[in-house]
Amino acid sequence: MKYEAVIGLEIHSELKTTTKIFCGCKTAFGAEQNTQVCPVCLGLPGVLPTINKKVVEFAVKAGLATNCTINKYSKFDRKNYYYPDLPKNWQTSQYDLPIAEHGHVDIEVNGEKKTVRLTRIHMEEDAGKLVHSGNTIKDSAAGSFVDYNRTGVPLIEIVSEPDMHSAAEARAYMEKIKAILEYIDVSNCRMEEGNLRADINVSLRPVGSDKLGTRTEMKNINSFKALEDAINYEIERQQEVLEDGGKIIQETRTFDPERGVTLSMRSKENADDYRYMPEPDLPPIVMTDEEIESYRRELPELPDAACLRLQNELGLSAYDAGVLTASRQTAQYFDAVLKTGADAKLAANWIMSDLAKNLNAAEITIDQSPVDAKRLGEMILLISKGTISSKIGKKVFAEMWDGNTDSAEKIVADKGWVQITDTGAIEQIVKEVIAKNEKAVADYKNGNKKAIGALVGQVMKASQGKANPQTVNELLTKLL
Amino acid sequence: MKITKDDLANVAYLSRLALDDGEEENYIKDLNDIVAYVDKLSELDTDNIMPTTYALATENVFREDEVRPSLTQEEALSTAPDKENGYFKVPQVLAE
Ligand SMILES: [Zn+2]
Repeated sequence: MKYEAVIGLEIHSELKTTTKIFCGCKTAFGAEQNTQVCPVCLGLPGVLPTINKKVVEFAVKAGLATNCTINKYSKFDRKNYYYPDLPKNWQTSQYDLPIAEHGHVDIEVNGEKKTVRLTRIHMEEDAGKLVHSGNTIKDSAAGSFVDYNRTGVPLIEIVSEPDMHSAAEARAYMEKIKAILEYIDVSNCRMEEGNLRADINVSLRPVGSDKLGTRTEMKNINSFKALEDAINYEIERQQEVLEDGGKIIQETRTFDPERGVTLSMRSKENADDYRYMPEPDLPPIVMTDEEIESYRRELPELPDAACLRLQNELGLSAYDAGVLTASRQTAQYFDAVLKTGADAKLAANWIMSDLAKNLNAAEITIDQSPVDAKRLGEMILLISKGTISSKIGKKVFAEMWDGNTDSAEKIVADKGWVQITDTGAIEQIVKEVIAKNEKAVADYKNGNKKAIGALVGQVMKASQGKANPQTVNELLTKLL
Repeated sequence: MKITKDDLANVAYLSRLALDDGEEENYIKDLNDIVAYVDKLSELDTDNIMPTTYALATENVFREDEVRPSLTQEEALSTAPDKENGYFKVPQVLAE
């Protein structure tokens, strides 16, 4: 039997507020343990939490940017469970009246467009961090240590419908959510810090069936690679179980990125077991159409719109536009390069080839690039004006990448890399090359037109790459 | 709806309460009285009444995103039954 995977994601994103969701403690990452805590986030008796207005604003913006309906009446609820990272024994979250519902985002995989629906977006608080005395929970007989700095850091949980059917689609969806959250500037989305993490639900069903199979859940996936690996492993595992006549058990599984496998953790508690109840300490959030619209007006251009603009106004291919707008940093860098007056297609090529290659090799992001957008743009302008060839452009780029902080123009002048367009000077070199390469000349004259390539190469070499290749070609053809 | 011994055991487990053997019958009776009371309320016609989600007439109580002083690590840990190296120390967390 052929099976189809059905995948849904719950993405947790930490919001980039200065303070926590219900108290004035800082949210900064990396502080010494238990120094960003107060009676409210420690869950001491008798305290009164107060909602951080910025959290509501960010959640509403996330809802608007993902085409959700904003609920004009929204409230918090208590989700009860016992775990030492949760000092109150409940997580303050939203249950039946979340801030936003019924959204959708578009993704593209292998040139095919798809829409993924969002069930809801709700606000909640993060839990603390457990440090185990052993390697795992189970071998930590000496106990565990808790740091409550992260307790109360604001999160939004973005719940998708089970609309995805492959690891690639799930990845494209999560990349789109990440891009949107970056563009609207509500989350840092640093996956390695746990800013953005996903719980994945995967089930299989026979192709053609519209009934959902039993699903398993994998929690806290915080890299795109782990997301794809976990889904692919789980699809394969479930398929084997089903083909052997077995049944999938509804359970939470943990993904071990080192071994690339998922392992059973515990069977899923029923939703009812959380005994949700309205949070009596937090009054409801009531919003008017005007407020919602004013948040909508504050939204910047979103990734899909930016991608279309690059295609329609600048004539870039859908692929190039997609790559350049996939992250806010890249889109801003590209826009800054264009501000220098550089040609859009050349700028796209340089960013996607030389710059991307160097960034990947150095494992840094584009906003950390030693070659800033302005200097790259000015270098591209020099190529467009014919001051340097693109070959010399690569040398200028390498020079800037390796720490030369001068402008492209100064580097070119200092190094004497200005392209020779003086026909007389090039003609001299061409004549010398023709004289020295009798065989290639003879081949060319005998009808082997390709032989001219070797001669062009010789001229370029003799000119140290500075001769204008087009002029060289013209002169060679003429003089031969 | 009738509360059974199993329901009681489940609710007690979810609340991490240990019940003595002799207490069970009393709790089952109390819980059944509560359920009966709610059943009585359910007789009212509430079709055209918005559900109450918050008992007071307040809404939109917010604070600005401004830092307020936190406790020191020492203060935070001062009431902890067990601590080590600036952390709250808890007994082994068992996976269920
Ligand atoms: Zn606090």
